[in-house]
Amino acid sequence: MTLVLDVLSCLFLLVGSIFSITGGIGILRLPEFFSRMHAGGITDTMGAGMIMTGLVLQSGFTLVTFKLVAILFFLGITSPSSCHALAKSALTHGLQPILDHETNTEESSPE
Amino acid sequence: MRIFWREFAPQGLETNLKYSLTLGAALVMNWLCWSGHFESPFLLTLGLLSCLVCLWISSRMKIIDEEGAPIQLGIRPFTRYAPWLIKEIVRSNFEVAGIILSRQMKLQRNMVTVPTRQKTELGRVILANSITLTPGTVAVQVVGSKIRVHALSLEDAAEDLSGEMDARIEQLECGG
Repeated sequence: MTLVLDVLSCLFLLVGSIFSITGGIGILRLPEFFSRMHAGGITDTMGAGMIMTGLVLQSGFTLVTFKLVAILFFLGITSPSSCHALAKSALTHGLQPILDHETNTEESSPE
Repeated sequence: MRIFWREFAPQGLETNLKYSLTLGAALVMNWLCWSGHFESPFLLTLGLLSCLVCLWISSRMKIIDEEGAPIQLGIRPFTRYAPWLIKEIVRSNFEVAGIILSRQMKLQRNMVTVPTRQKTELGRVILANSITLTPGTVAVQVVGSKIRVHALSLEDAAEDLSGEMDARIEQLECGG
């Protein structure tokens, strides 16, 4: 049973690491600010989530698990908030996103 | 003493008793789980006191309301909404990772304005944060009841426009 858990948690940790690295590669490869933000999102969600799940499988049913879940919960609230703050401040300071497609661009007047 | 009490008394505690009790219970539970002390009465008393101080400060800041301690949502955000959101996050993660790792990145960057049906601020915050949390879409700006979304591919944008997330959060709000 412990062997199965170990293998599972290793798998989760590995996948999480791969996704974290993918996020890093994305930040380097993508062309401009607004699309690079999306790459950061991968590291925040899948990378962190998978690594935390792997660690939970290692720690079992203890108080450590509660702390890990709490970390994941707060990460899930703070990372989109900071991402949104970043994007909004970039937009209000006049950085216009480069767009490939014009869809549904009813101009919602920026204040 | 009376002046002191009037100055520092918790404000509107009676009207917000439901939210105060919820927040207090959550704080105590959190203290117990984070510290791991269940035996020493001295430490337990100190923990309880610190929870009460937190509660008092929060009530002075007037943040104990349906946004600060959203008991009206119950546990449905965790039982109904979270599993669906996690599924969506995993799916869109694979899509965006595929775009990043493909040889020539086929970007279809676009900006869409998504209409929302939420009645409360809290609902809109949950929606905007959920949109940002799924990779490939970032909520850039909230204008009135509409959310401007920057998307990495056309499918991601179309998905947000289809409004499934919106409908699910509306369900959450209305207690259905």
